[in-house]
Amino acid sequence: MSMQGARFTPLARLLHWLMAAMILIMLFVGIGMVSSTTERYRYLVALHRPLGILILILAVVRLTNRVLNPPPPLPASLPKVQQMAATVSHLLLYALMFIMPLLGWAMLSAAPYPIDLFGTLELPAILSPDAALYAKLRALHTDFALLFYAVILVHLGAALTHSWIRRDGVFRSMAGGRRSPTP
Amino acid sequence: MQPGDTQRPLSLLALLARLAAIGAILCAAAALFVYIGGWLSPDRRTQDRFMTAFEAHDGKHPGFRRNHAKGLCVTGWFDAAGEAASLSKAAIFHLQRVPIVGRFALAGGMPFAADEAGTVRSMALRFLPIGAQEWRTGMNDIPVFAVNSNEGFYEQLQASAPDPATGKPDPKSMKDFVDRHPETVRAMQLIKARSISSGFADDTYNSLDAFYLTNSSGVTVPARWSAVAVQPFVADDAGAHVGAGKNYLFDDLLKQLGSHALKWRLVFTIGEAGDSTRDATLAWPKDRRQVFAGTVTIARAMSEENGACNDINYDPTVLPDGIAPSDDPLLAARSSVYARSFTLRSAEKSKKPASAVSPLAIGGSAP
Repeated sequence: MSMQGARFTPLARLLHWLMAAMILIMLFVGIGMVSSTTERYRYLVALHRPLGILILILAVVRLTNRVLNPPPPLPASLPKVQQMAATVSHLLLYALMFIMPLLGWAMLSAAPYPIDLFGTLELPAILSPDAALYAKLRALHTDFALLFYAVILVHLGAALTHSWIRRDGVFRSMAGGRRSPTP
Repeated sequence: MQPGDTQRPLSLLALLARLAAIGAILCAAAALFVYIGGWLSPDRRTQDRFMTAFEAHDGKHPGFRRNHAKGLCVTGWFDAAGEAASLSKAAIFHLQRVPIVGRFALAGGMPFAADEAGTVRSMALRFLPIGAQEWRTGMNDIPVFAVNSNEGFYEQLQASAPDPATGKPDPKSMKDFVDRHPETVRAMQLIKARSISSGFADDTYNSLDAFYLTNSSGVTVPARWSAVAVQPFVADDAGAHVGAGKNYLFDDLLKQLGSHALKWRLVFTIGEAGDSTRDATLAWPKDRRQVFAGTVTIARAMSEENGACNDINYDPTVLPDGIAPSDDPLLAARSSVYARSFTLRSAEKSKKPASAVSPLAIGGSAP
């Protein structure tokens, strides 16, 4: 079947797996640093800020690539409910890739904390100092991080279901490696 | 079968095994997240547990800093002397009139406690050079810290918290703490032996933690710093402030700032091989090289309500390039705990009562 062999472009696959690793590291660094008071805290914070900005930049590249190269459609055999669930979860994942770094940047601006990346490289504030607003953004940053991780787990569960149970080529369309010979 | 699915259908057993594997992977991933977040480690000294310990120690005071709760805001400027420019490439060390937003405070989490001569006093400064990286520092008027790790910090807080039954710290917990922390016993001797000045103005404030200074050639040296009062030291005279009111230290500072600016010399002490950077309970030898970095001038005071210091977290790790944290674990402890305190009090802003040193005490002077 024609749909069966369709895959994401190599750039889309590269961005997917690279960002998957970065976002997972980011979420673990984030949840680890806000509960830590040891020296680990400083290293995690110093990693969290530049990694977050890098994810934001890659999210722009990724969205652009997705618009230019639409992904292969899901198999027609997939029930409508699951098609919708896939669309909603993908929308959420894309939205959070943008929202999380922007929220982080905005909350540091409102605090106000300097947004150091490395050396003397600093990002400008995107909000005026406002402690009450900072507190709200800071709480949202955590709430959305938990939502992000939950959606990632749903996405992972769905991917594994496609790969191990449905075996419908959806997982393969994003998996790395060479294209398997068409039967 | 899916159209085009060339694989054989799964047996019921295989299907169940695969579903179980997926479930196990998802559970493990969720558990890892929960573990890293500290929820499965009741003994981990998390930021939230520090907040709980402060609350047990000092009570609930919404909107206030969890430590150094009683204070007022000041503004002024920094004039570099130029001598520190050879030690650190930070722009601030060759600039003039760098604006400062500072805060004087008393240690402890009770924002309405009466001023006492022996309470540790602090000076926090935020240097805001135009077009260059800012610098924040929180300094105390003691020669060394009482603890040297986040563990010591936490345990001291717990041991000195009042027992709900008696309203007083439990002597046994304090003894257990002291037995396990000989560094605190040594440090407390130095702290108790310090000379106590008459007030905030003639006091000297120390970074206590060590940092690294790096110059433009890439040479790095360990350093601690002090804001040394230019105002002559006058020893505390217990008789002089009898009946002077519960804010006498702050009132006195306000009175002085009402008539003249106050100055401090910012002095770096350069560590040598063998001087501990990671133990803030240990003093460095007296003969260490001292470098005069410049003069801090404090010109005006404002209450926290009107001042620019209230919504600032004086995180000692907010540093310009050219000053870096050392391996002192207290820096991470302070940074992380201050951050949590700042987040909580920012969320409680609408519930905060007026600070002890109110705008009225300052004669209604507008910021």
